[in-house]
Amino acid sequence: MPGIIGYGAYIPRNRIKVEEIAKVWGADAPSYKKGLLLEEKSVPSPDQDTITMSVEASKSALKRAGINPRDIGAVYIGSESHPYAVKPSGTVLAEALDATPDVHTADLEFACKAGTEGMFIALSLVQAGAIKYGLAVGADTSQGAPGDALEYSAAAGAAAFIFGKDRIVAEVLETYSYATDTPDFWRREYQYYPQHGGRFTGDPAYFKHVTGAARGLLAKARMKPSDFQYVIFHQPNGKFPLRVGEMLGFERKQIEPGWLVPKLGNTYSGSSPLGLTATLDIAKPDQLIMLVSYGSGAGSDGFVFRVTDRIDEVRDLAPRTRELLDRNKVYLEYGAYAKYRRKIRKAS
Amino acid sequence: MPTPSRYWREIPQRYRLEAEKCKGCGLILFPPRLVCPACGKREFEKTKLAESGALFTYTVIRVAPEGFEDQTPYAVGIAEMDDGVHLTAQVVDVDFARLKVGLRVKVEFRKMHEDGEAGVIHYGYKFVPE
Amino acid sequence: MRDVAIIGVGMTKWGELWEKPLRSIFVESALLAIQDAGVDKIDSMVVGCMSSGLFIGQEHLASLLSDYLGRNPVPSTRVESACSSGGLALRQGFIEVASGMSDVVLVGGVEKMTDVTGCEATYALGTAADQEYEGYHGLTFPALYAMMAVAHMHRYGTTRDQLSMVAVKNHDNGSKNPLAQFPSKVTVEMVNQSVMVADPLRILDCSPITDGAAAVVLCPADMVKKMKKPMVRITGSGQASDTISLSSRKDITWLESTHLAALKALAMAGRKIQDINLFEVHDCFTIAEIMVTEALGLAERGRGGKAVEEGLTLLQGKYPVNASGGLKAKGHPVGATGVAQAVEVVKQLRDEAGERQVKGAKRGLTQNMGGTGGSALVHIFEAD
Repeated sequence: MPGIIGYGAYIPRNRIKVEEIAKVWGADAPSYKKGLLLEEKSVPSPDQDTITMSVEASKSALKRAGINPRDIGAVYIGSESHPYAVKPSGTVLAEALDATPDVHTADLEFACKAGTEGMFIALSLVQAGAIKYGLAVGADTSQGAPGDALEYSAAAGAAAFIFGKDRIVAEVLETYSYATDTPDFWRREYQYYPQHGGRFTGDPAYFKHVTGAARGLLAKARMKPSDFQYVIFHQPNGKFPLRVGEMLGFERKQIEPGWLVPKLGNTYSGSSPLGLTATLDIAKPDQLIMLVSYGSGAGSDGFVFRVTDRIDEVRDLAPRTRELLDRNKVYLEYGAYAKYRRKIRKAS
Repeated sequence: MPTPSRYWREIPQRYRLEAEKCKGCGLILFPPRLVCPACGKREFEKTKLAESGALFTYTVIRVAPEGFEDQTPYAVGIAEMDDGVHLTAQVVDVDFARLKVGLRVKVEFRKMHEDGEAGVIHYGYKFVPE
Repeated sequence: MRDVAIIGVGMTKWGELWEKPLRSIFVESALLAIQDAGVDKIDSMVVGCMSSGLFIGQEHLASLLSDYLGRNPVPSTRVESACSSGGLALRQGFIEVASGMSDVVLVGGVEKMTDVTGCEATYALGTAADQEYEGYHGLTFPALYAMMAVAHMHRYGTTRDQLSMVAVKNHDNGSKNPLAQFPSKVTVEMVNQSVMVADPLRILDCSPITDGAAAVVLCPADMVKKMKKPMVRITGSGQASDTISLSSRKDITWLESTHLAALKALAMAGRKIQDINLFEVHDCFTIAEIMVTEALGLAERGRGGKAVEEGLTLLQGKYPVNASGGLKAKGHPVGATGVAQAVEVVKQLRDEAGERQVKGAKRGLTQNMGGTGGSALVHIFEAD
């Protein structure tokens, strides 16, 4: 099967702490931190959006892939914060990478799983022989409604993957998708912030679909949790991926390398994809990685990867995920954060 | 704010730093032109600018022109790129105290401005510290 | 080429002229100049204005103003080179008379800048830079000159205080000019502590937003002899161009176009810079005056700051610069500045400058530039 031939991550440098948000809304910071297993989240600068982060993550992926961008046959950005309602993000990315005009582009959405569906489509086109290389990006700069629980976690980041049949870094051994119509989290057109069903987002939504996809994937691949070195689940908060891992029979040490959320927040369509880039940064040849994303509405995409020898050659051709996460951080006060995230009503 | 056609026309430069090299004297022109200002020749070959360089001047803008009001204060500078070309851009993701002649910078893709809430979004290059 | 004389000058007080539209501002100064000249007929009009289009939505300005001046069907031409539009208009008028094409030419400059917001004015002024590769990045004029200052300070050790001394000098001179927008004095401390606009330039390093106009009347020198009026000639005119953007400039600490324009004007006049008694230069920002001082050859390259500190360019100094108060204190209605510089020099050469008179002035020089030096106009005036 084809696989990932290059991968890249991008995380903005700004952060805001749970305490800073809690202070403004009169909430109890320690209980949020404990309940969510979350300390701080990334915040995009006003000049960053899903497109800009996708470009930078994709450039890193290209550096690792070492291919001519003109050979990319498809470009997909999956996000729930595309800058335009109508005008593709993918065309800006394709132009910036010099992949135009012989390229298929589509913008994808499915809450937090829009990134992995792009990966599934790009992989499938390569597998079918329709294109030589395909690029899929999961990126978001999502908004959390002020004072809502999701404000503590809604963060920004991007992860990009190029798929191909040669120069493989992580071969795809199996895929599986699981979806039902479950309205746990949504945003109507013209609404600025999303809404959600509170505790309904747990068992009937996240846990049902992640475990459904994980079990389906394991059955299809005829594998068990202990076969894997690493597993990455969608990370809406620190607790859910640890709990679902436990439910499925995974150990914490398999989850931790890709568990970025406590210091990053939930990067939505970038969430499990960034967990994957962080894992690839440290994985060794022949190790198996499982990825299960989750998108509200609801559905999960699952992948089984086997790392190849080539990982050691390409890993350091672009910044590592944890480096982007830990280095050069700047902490914002709520006022600056609100200004950057356009939560302040201005004169028209 | 540039109109859609004015913006679109410069995309190869703004997104990809596409430049041209004079076949007569080797001068790299960014943006490309019809006539080489150094030797007057009119034949060029395509090239791309280097993506890293060092600032040889900079300032921090505190009073903005129309369209940039929400961005103040923001730093701008001119860098000599590693291929000798001089490039003007904003300098972001940097504490102003770190700005100095000689600061190494590299190019990053960023949003430049928006034509209001309903207009086209303009993208381009900015400098970040290397 | 015929000898060209300036026979009349006119200028009203500059400032925020809320009650007056552009057309009135121009006409008032033009009428004063025509009256001072004592002529009935004018053969041609040249108008310098940077951007009536962006400031008040008005193009076809030359036609509007010949109409409102009551001089139709006189041929009327508008010229533009950003902040040197006035100097350019003067040169075009000079060429018309020198060539024999016209006898009496009215040259006027005007700008109405207060009918837009501060942000819009900053944008309009910014159109003197490269729109696609400087303006697109949010650059403003203070920022461009600030970058020239940073480089000049880094290479030559020019100091913050030296920049301030330019403002202090010009305000001191301006306090003696009844037409100046800001005739109040300032101190080095006041300048150093004024609000930052683009590091290191502060608000008191920057020329203001101003409404105003200035006008002169040119004619062949022979006509002046017949009229038995004091003779002031334009003996030299020089113009040169440089790159529009700073990033294309060979050396951003040096004003090559001013240097070349001055050489040409001096050559035409058969003079050396040391022969000139006073200078009206383009101090759009304090650093600009320092760099112009070097480009004209009044100070060695890199020593413009030192020269100001040593008093070289004070009213009573060896080379008085900006006796009028300069753009800084007099104001800078962009298109009018180049013509107002000529008005000042003529008044000085006629011994009519009152408290700010440079004693015994016989030869004067004006230097007007556009943008960061993309265009430069230098003229030399001599009294008999």
